[in-house]
Amino acid sequence: MIAQIAMATGFALILIGLYGALTNHNLLRMIVAFTIADTGVNIVIVAVGYMAGRTAPILDAAVPAAEAAQRIIDPVPQALVLTAIVIGLGITALMLAYAYKLYQKKRTLDIGKLTELKW
Amino acid sequence: MIRRAVVLALVLAMGAIFATLLAGYAPDGDLNLTARYYADRTAPDIGSANIVTAIIVTYRGLDTLGEVTVLFLSATIVGLVLAGGRRRETAQRPPVPVGELLTTGSRFLVPLIMLLGVYVFVNGHLTPGGGFQGGAVVASGVLLMLLADPLKHFSHRLIAAVESVAGFAYVVIGVLGLVLAGGFLDNRILPLGELGALASAGAIPLIYSLVGLKVGAEFSSMLASLSETEEL
Amino acid sequence: MLAMTLLLCVAMIGAALVAIRTDGLPVSILAAGLLSLLASVVFLVLASPDVAMTEAAIGSGLTTFLFFFVLGRVRSGEREGGEHD
Repeated sequence: MIAQIAMATGFALILIGLYGALTNHNLLRMIVAFTIADTGVNIVIVAVGYMAGRTAPILDAAVPAAEAAQRIIDPVPQALVLTAIVIGLGITALMLAYAYKLYQKKRTLDIGKLTELKW
Repeated sequence: MIRRAVVLALVLAMGAIFATLLAGYAPDGDLNLTARYYADRTAPDIGSANIVTAIIVTYRGLDTLGEVTVLFLSATIVGLVLAGGRRRETAQRPPVPVGELLTTGSRFLVPLIMLLGVYVFVNGHLTPGGGFQGGAVVASGVLLMLLADPLKHFSHRLIAAVESVAGFAYVVIGVLGLVLAGGFLDNRILPLGELGALASAGAIPLIYSLVGLKVGAEFSSMLASLSETEEL
Repeated sequence: MLAMTLLLCVAMIGAALVAIRTDGLPVSILAAGLLSLLASVVFLVLASPDVAMTEAAIGSGLTTFLFFFVLGRVRSGEREGGEHD
């Protein structure tokens, strides 16, 4: 049940982030919306690997190596999400750097005023 | 507004797709084949108590090398994009008053934060944490230094040196794995040791420390580039 | 556990809505940071301490500061306006 709740929240965050990125006119706020969608995706992926009644994939006195397969949750989604979070920061920094450069050139962050990109 | 209506329709359509996915989701009762392999074979083959670490550093080590490369590229591009006109003298600006509390506090806290970062990445194979988390903690120490003394010109050369030495050593260890053990980035070039001891899991503590240094240097360079941009 | 998860999830959605709807950019950035912090607790509930640590250190720590560095540079020039259409 916990996994379903977390997954629904993750999906909701993706939608909120998408809506925010498409409707806001301020570049910085669009980037904020992107990070929200990013967090949502990560929550969904981790929730897929969760199994009720099992514990984290770390072997210790409570989880001996012999019965690990019956006691731990799926470690693969966690490894993937760990990568995704780190790359997410790299992408955010890149977007912020370009947004700042754009501001330096055009003196505005409002995409309505950046007419070269108008469609 | 028509634009907002289109956006809303798009979001609702995606929401419908997500709702279908959610309704059809049934949690697994048991580990799938891949996860079962990792759960069963990590202790005898890798010797790492933290299975996530074993996956990141050894089973999918090449992925991690690629990830660190992507991070390096994005740090470089951030530096490149923001480089224009940064060299103008920051010292000419009137010094921004920084609170006494922040200055003294940072002198006290920065070494502790760095120590915590090192602890996190050295123990990556035993406890939650590892190179990426430890690198981020180290970078927050650098961030505190930047906040406490914004006028100090940050040594990009030192960051670059740490970054490239760690990256080079990472690849050298990977090639050593190819020569001495089963394949690229194989951790069995050092004895596996006893499960749960600090000096165990072969080369994993070494590799994850190098990843930690590299990631910490990359994050620090991003933060320094963004904080040193010229005042408009 | 179930009640706590529900509470966290509601708080996360609330923070996300604040982040995209509020008027001030600093509030928006802080709400996104709060969202990341809550997400790291959710990761802990989902038995993923590694991911929780990463999210807490990177998602809510460094990302927020990156945003504030850029915002501090931009704000001196422009009062934001024309946020919503």
